[in-house]
Amino acid sequence: MITLQSVDVTLGGRAVLQSISLEMDQSRIGIIGLNGSGKSTFARLLNGLQLPSSGSVSVDGLDTRKDGRKIRSRVGFVFQNPDNQIVYPTVREDLAFGLKNLGYAPAEIKTKIEDALVTYRIDHLADRLTHQLSGGEKQMVALIGVLVMRPEYVILDEPTTLLDLRNKNRLMGIIKSLSQRVVMVTHDLDLLADFDRVLCFHEGRLHADGSPSEVIAGYLKLCIS
Amino acid sequence: MISFYHPANSLLHRLAAGYKILGLLLLGTVLFQISDLRVVFATVIIVGILYFIAKIPLKLAVEQLKPALYLLLVLFAAQYLMNSLELAIFVVLRFAALIMAAGLVTLTTKVSEMVAAIETALSIFSRWVAVEKVSLAISLTIRFIPVIAAITVEVKEAQRVRGMERNIFAVAMPVVIRTLKMATDVAEALDARSFGADFSKK
Repeated sequence: MITLQSVDVTLGGRAVLQSISLEMDQSRIGIIGLNGSGKSTFARLLNGLQLPSSGSVSVDGLDTRKDGRKIRSRVGFVFQNPDNQIVYPTVREDLAFGLKNLGYAPAEIKTKIEDALVTYRIDHLADRLTHQLSGGEKQMVALIGVLVMRPEYVILDEPTTLLDLRNKNRLMGIIKSLSQRVVMVTHDLDLLADFDRVLCFHEGRLHADGSPSEVIAGYLKLCIS
Repeated sequence: MISFYHPANSLLHRLAAGYKILGLLLLGTVLFQISDLRVVFATVIIVGILYFIAKIPLKLAVEQLKPALYLLLVLFAAQYLMNSLELAIFVVLRFAALIMAAGLVTLTTKVSEMVAAIETALSIFSRWVAVEKVSLAISLTIRFIPVIAAITVEVKEAQRVRGMERNIFAVAMPVVIRTLKMATDVAEALDARSFGADFSKK
């Protein structure tokens, strides 16, 4: 379970998030909000990329302030722009990066990569150069680069923003099939229909928290006000 | 090195990267100790045969020399004018042999294998050098050259629309700013993927 207690985040003198207290144990949680509402900062709090200015964030009892490294091995994070997340020149090499960091032996890394390539049907991309992939393929590689590390939670920060409809559907297909708990920041409200819970942020505060239909209805009103 | 790895199943592809790099270093050293044109010519032929063994298409093999063509021409002209035709041929063939050999190593070695070999070589100095960081820096450099090149093209196009493509600052500043922003994001991504986490073997 991810727990936030009285969390405030102040960046450059500006209060980006204020008084957030939450317990998150659902399988699929969506995060929505207008630009600058604090939703990306909220997502980054969940794996310790952003530390709270006050209050605390814990993942399965581990505090992000003290146990950042341990938490990041449990909580995978997929960024909006895959170009900034892919660090190796070829797909196979990039998938190996996270596993190497987790201390797996070379033979085990090889097996896990082959499994992932087949499971997610990207074996045809294995030896392709990452900078020559399409936007959809890059996002897929970025996601699989995280999944291959077998995290218990997967946080996705607007993963579909740069994707066309086909790639968006494919990515969502993978996300739906995951056994891990998923927290996804998105502007694509239709992707959240099956989610268990949606949080809406507005001006750094938690504006609404509930089922997708009720929170999205409130958000739409907020958008036209 | 950025985009030239050519996948194939050959003896040279299977040979450990360390041996190939070592071989290249030895060739470079030995070639500069030799003054016999026939030996240098034979080296070019042998490297050519190695391309064949490595199943590298002829077009790709020729492309290895293309970037250095002007340099080779200048070298040839300078040696010919200042010394002799024989020396000009000798110097150009020697460089061509080395460039082709280096290209062959690149074409038959994955970046990860190259980096692993460098990591192994550096591990002797692991008490003083953060080997893991050095190898990551090499990989990142190779990975982000085309990304930064793409950013530069984008910025140039945007400035062309505004009639400012000739203004070097109007192009350089956005590229530098975007690159710095990207560097911050990449650093976060490395952190998110547990780089430097030092987990014990699973």
